[in-house]
Amino acid sequence: MNLRTFKHGIHPADGKALSANEAIRDFRPTGEMVYPLNQHIGAPAQPVVAVGDPVLVGQTLAQPGGFVSAAICSAASGTVKAIELRRTVSGKEALSIVIENDGQYTPMPGVGERRDYTALSGQQILDIIRDAGIVGQGGAGFPTHVKLTMKEGVQPETIILNAAECEPYLTSDYRLLIEKTDRVLEGLQVVLQIFPQAQAVIGIEANKPEAIRLLTEKTAALPHISVQVLKTKYPQGGERMLIHAVTGRDIHSGKLPIDAGCVVLNVSTVMSIRAAVCRGIPQIAAIMTVTGEGAASPCNVSVPVGTSHRELLAFAGGLKGEPEKLISGGPLMGVAMVSLDVPVLKTSSAILAMPEDEVARWEPTACIRCGRCLRACPEFLVPPMMAHAADNGDLGAFEKVNGMECIECGCCTYVCPAKRRLTQSFRTAKTAVNAKRRAAAAKK
Amino acid sequence: MVNISTSPHIRSGLSTATVMQDVAIALMPALLMGVFVFGLRALLVILLCAVCCTLTEYLYRRLMKLPQTVSDGSALVTGLILAMNLPASVPLWIPVFGAVIAILVVKQLFGGLGQNIMNPALAARCFLLISFPALMGAGMPAVGNLLGPDALAAFGQRMTTLAVDATTGATPLQMLKDGQSVDLLQAFFGFHSGCIGETSTVAILVGAAYMLLRGVISPRIPGIYLAATVAFVALFRAVTGEPLTGNYLLGQLCTGGLMAGAVFMATDYVTSPITPWGQVIYALLLGLLTALFRVFGSSAEGVSYAIIIGNTLVPLMEKVTIPRAFGKRGVAR
Repeated sequence: MNLRTFKHGIHPADGKALSANEAIRDFRPTGEMVYPLNQHIGAPAQPVVAVGDPVLVGQTLAQPGGFVSAAICSAASGTVKAIELRRTVSGKEALSIVIENDGQYTPMPGVGERRDYTALSGQQILDIIRDAGIVGQGGAGFPTHVKLTMKEGVQPETIILNAAECEPYLTSDYRLLIEKTDRVLEGLQVVLQIFPQAQAVIGIEANKPEAIRLLTEKTAALPHISVQVLKTKYPQGGERMLIHAVTGRDIHSGKLPIDAGCVVLNVSTVMSIRAAVCRGIPQIAAIMTVTGEGAASPCNVSVPVGTSHRELLAFAGGLKGEPEKLISGGPLMGVAMVSLDVPVLKTSSAILAMPEDEVARWEPTACIRCGRCLRACPEFLVPPMMAHAADNGDLGAFEKVNGMECIECGCCTYVCPAKRRLTQSFRTAKTAVNAKRRAAAAKK
Repeated sequence: MVNISTSPHIRSGLSTATVMQDVAIALMPALLMGVFVFGLRALLVILLCAVCCTLTEYLYRRLMKLPQTVSDGSALVTGLILAMNLPASVPLWIPVFGAVIAILVVKQLFGGLGQNIMNPALAARCFLLISFPALMGAGMPAVGNLLGPDALAAFGQRMTTLAVDATTGATPLQMLKDGQSVDLLQAFFGFHSGCIGETSTVAILVGAAYMLLRGVISPRIPGIYLAATVAFVALFRAVTGEPLTGNYLLGQLCTGGLMAGAVFMATDYVTSPITPWGQVIYALLLGLLTALFRVFGSSAEGVSYAIIIGNTLVPLMEKVTIPRAFGKRGVAR
């Protein structure tokens, strides 16, 4: 088979066997639901409900706070209990709408009703996606309607469905691909309805043979959709790596996928588009994997957005012993959680319970200049030079050695025999450079 | 309480100590061959180097109240490489003195592991070579021919005494320089006079294969270095008009310190470039310098000097060979 990929990258133990065979279970929590207003890239959403208001499933709680922003809809029915600061997954506090969940899950009229997408225009579909508050579920949470809104005269050639799921342990996309294959493909066709000239390519890693078989079989009769099997390698699902593997075109930090003629969408995102356009259901659920060697019974769950991680974990069978680390997301790019009392976001993908924290086991030591990081970096960067600049606070030098191209995938840090915390240094330096750039732009 | 840190949250099993362990394992065939060829005395020199390097590192870190690094194994590897570069016939204070120079002066005073600008073992060897040329000379002849009738008897004798064999033999590299031809098979297996770990090409290649297989080194630096040396030697011989035979060229590869230098010293992480093109330039430069020294120099050997001169230019080579970032390739920066 012709396996495409990118250069460099790593092969960590994938841990997917823990949960890959567990069918997605539906979960209807009864506890309070919390909706931070900034769970996407761009301006925070603006609340359109007030404390005391009754809400129904699918009801808009907050509308976009600008063009690059996203609406937020309720996943439960009940009443608005508070609009206040609440701790989020990242550990920071954010203004959030809190819903007292009545446990009834009474839907808004129209939610769940069938709609024929073929009768809709591209603009009508974009409006539905915007109102449904759909954001990219690959991690960043970029508003999908913004991604799909093209400049005058620009049309994508390739819609790439990111089915790589290269993060170890995560299996939610895989489950969707094998359980809801038809819906995923219908979602892709909805996107193709917006861009009739485009071809859709499903980029999927070779370690998912069952999904590849189903997709290949079901796309045989669909002329605009094809399957591209990719080598199993992290970070194959990184946007730039995926575009390279599928089209052979390369973009850097100053460019967008559309500059390579591409729009890249995650499996869950396409599922959300399908649910919004074909069933009138806004983005109110996250498909999550509750897993790790510290999870009592690893599984995949369809979780209403806003659910407390603590309630989700209890539903999923709880923990096996005391984990040293709890991660929201995968082991390479996920966020370590301070507390389980934080809400599930639209971009949430997993709870990973690690019995042992490998980071704590190793103290960073001197760089031996072995060069393994250079051979792992999918961006062809020189991590030791970046770290030297970053650790000395020399932001100019950091930019000069292409530091801003770092995608924070963690490959360099994973392979480093000296156990240096490279990605952490780069993240700090990138944040500082971005702050400097914003300050400079504000002055002008 | 749960731990908090930024991603990534997993690490590969590799550590500096496991990497150094692999290098030490890879050095074993060459060193064992040295003991086989030069006798028990060689083993004594190897042990002295290893112990003194490790001890120097331990004492320095301890006395300066710095974090103890002796367990990373880098000092041990330096000791083994230093021993590889000494003739078995050296007086026993030489390994001790060399170890102190390597670890204290060349490595620790520059900031320890990762900070030294020259390969500690090689810089120490060059220091000893300049300071005590008579003691660092060709040294003991090999125990005998590979399959000679007296080989076993001579070997038995060497393994029961620590005394130095006073007779000195010309190294095959010197013979090549003097216009003689060498027995390539003997040279390939390492039955000739020279430094402890450098004589047996086959043993060094076994070590190289192990390191390549384990991903400790890439073939880029040693491959280009060896090829460049042969090419430049051929070029210079052509320029000088001296006869250029297959025996001469292959002899250049299998005798002297070239193979050991290319496999174990030119590939030293700390003192070689990390950028791919930097590595190419570095290896080419080492080949050029080695050929210059071997063809035009007063000594037959030139590998050690070539490598430490190359070491000092590494920061410059890296600076001009920063790779283009992904997505910036093929387009103007």
